[in-house]
Amino acid sequence: MQDQGMNSRGLILAGVVLAGLAFLPAFAERYYIYLAALILVTGLLASSLNMVLGFGGMYQFHHAVFFGAGAYAAALLTVRGGANPWWGYLLGPVVAAALSLVMGLICVRLSKLYFGMLQISLGSLVWAIVFRWYSFTGGDDGLHGVPVPPLIGSVRGAFYFTLIVTAVCLGLMYLIVNSPFGRVFQSIRDNPERAEAVGVDVVRHQLIGLVIAGFFGGVAGTLFVTVEGTVFPDLMFWTLSLEILIMCLLGGWFTFLGPMLGAAIIVSLRTVVGIYTEYWTLVLGVILMLLIFFLPEGVLGFFTARLGRRRAAGEDG
Amino acid sequence: MEIASNVNLASLGQQVLVGLSRTTILFIVSSGLSLILGVLRIPNVSHGSLYMIGAFFTYSVASFIGGQTGFWLALILAPLAVGLLSLAVERGIFCHLYDREHLMLLLFTFSLMLVLGDLVKLTYGSNYRSLAAPLMLQGSFSLSGLPFPRYNLFLLVAGPLVALGLWLLTNKTKIGKIARAAAVDREMVAAMGINVSWVFAFVFCIGCLLAGLGGALVAPTQNITQGMDHAIIMETFLIIIIGGLGNIWGALLGAAIFGLTDAIGILVWPQFAIVFPYVAVVIVLLFRPKGLLKSTW
Repeated sequence: MQDQGMNSRGLILAGVVLAGLAFLPAFAERYYIYLAALILVTGLLASSLNMVLGFGGMYQFHHAVFFGAGAYAAALLTVRGGANPWWGYLLGPVVAAALSLVMGLICVRLSKLYFGMLQISLGSLVWAIVFRWYSFTGGDDGLHGVPVPPLIGSVRGAFYFTLIVTAVCLGLMYLIVNSPFGRVFQSIRDNPERAEAVGVDVVRHQLIGLVIAGFFGGVAGTLFVTVEGTVFPDLMFWTLSLEILIMCLLGGWFTFLGPMLGAAIIVSLRTVVGIYTEYWTLVLGVILMLLIFFLPEGVLGFFTARLGRRRAAGEDG
Repeated sequence: MEIASNVNLASLGQQVLVGLSRTTILFIVSSGLSLILGVLRIPNVSHGSLYMIGAFFTYSVASFIGGQTGFWLALILAPLAVGLLSLAVERGIFCHLYDREHLMLLLFTFSLMLVLGDLVKLTYGSNYRSLAAPLMLQGSFSLSGLPFPRYNLFLLVAGPLVALGLWLLTNKTKIGKIARAAAVDREMVAAMGINVSWVFAFVFCIGCLLAGLGGALVAPTQNITQGMDHAIIMETFLIIIIGGLGNIWGALLGAAIFGLTDAIGILVWPQFAIVFPYVAVVIVLLFRPKGLLKSTW
């Protein structure tokens, strides 16, 4: 099992990819810079989900709510409150984390599927309120033209800001996964009864995990506002939650960078397929079916497992 | 309070009846979902798509044949077609996945929902359809001064009939008893020499047929559109959670709570009517996290 999530080679690779991305605006067109920023945002969202899904083994079925909460908190602060947009980057994640704590307190004691279902219902409640509160959230239209700090207002500026924040967040998440807390968290996933028996406070650890995941989901939400300049209720609709679940699955949900890879594949595929046909969900559905049948460990999971096997064979011989 | 000024006894009675006819549809669809969840242990996300397909099939058959007979024939043929479709999917793909974990099964049914949704769009385009109720069920009668549609009265009769049929099927027939036994202990049932795989196929087919029936019944009351699947699946999932997973009477109770809070919410505070059922769900779950009635899990 690749419990540490990523070996040193993976770390170097991630660093190289990030450094390469930093030079992207030098030669790529505006649209591709925008697309890359969108991939980073979606990837950060999927990675934050994977904190609890892959490393915590919790069925977080409605993670998009925290994405939406972060985005709406940041947007509402500037649009309705008239505050300096920079404060949004602080408020968004904090609101998302607080919401995650409240929802977590309600459902954390339930077993897997019940946990997921109750989470979906609570999340849908939040969605329904946002969807209908026209005077405050803009209802089903959402809010458009949300002010973004001038420094990062351009496509290029938004891209660099997204890149830096995503890199920092991924680094923090990597440290958390490999910290003593992260080890305990993973042991709860593998065997909650045994963890409980050796004196681990399972519920408290799971709550902390949920809050961390919600926080980083909120960060992704504020970045979305930076890139798109708009918020709408679909950001917290349950289909988006399942879509990012697919990204985790596609990339490999027992790997650290898998969700990032999954997000990159899905977002670029959606763009390419969108050129030829409007039936993107059909394509996504077929991909998911093939994935479940042939590659349940995900792309990255598949390769690391093969690599591990080969290395083990080499040591034997 | 300004928001509650339009509430009086007659309009309340009217909304209760509207809520109960909505309950009928919700119950029929969610009982199918609950049946599948109880016996096969699969949260079938594609259930809403089958409901939508049932509605579109009903439209096709009814408008192809035309007239009164068209509608009644469609009411039988559309659910059967949905049942057959689900049987094909179950035997073709789904039955190979039963030993996987829940998350994979859930995601598989989600992929099915994505595919079916786009196939409907491919077949019917993105325009909405509407279907008139048969002549004898058109119009409305007066209920202490307020109009109440005849078709809703028909729904109020159809709901208990389906509930009775389902009760007879699960309690009085051999296959129903086998299915209930398989829900509790599938290894033991298999050890008795019963082909559990086919029992599962039967239950899945019946459950999906109910989704199709719900779609067929709802067709004359609303526009038949893309996106029907998204709306209903979330509602039915919440219904079976508050009712108790796998419990058919729980589905009835949950559907009543959902239908009535929705209808009364429209009366009390129209803008946030959509929020009322969700609040009801959260309140129920805060006190009974495993649902109101005993779950089969």
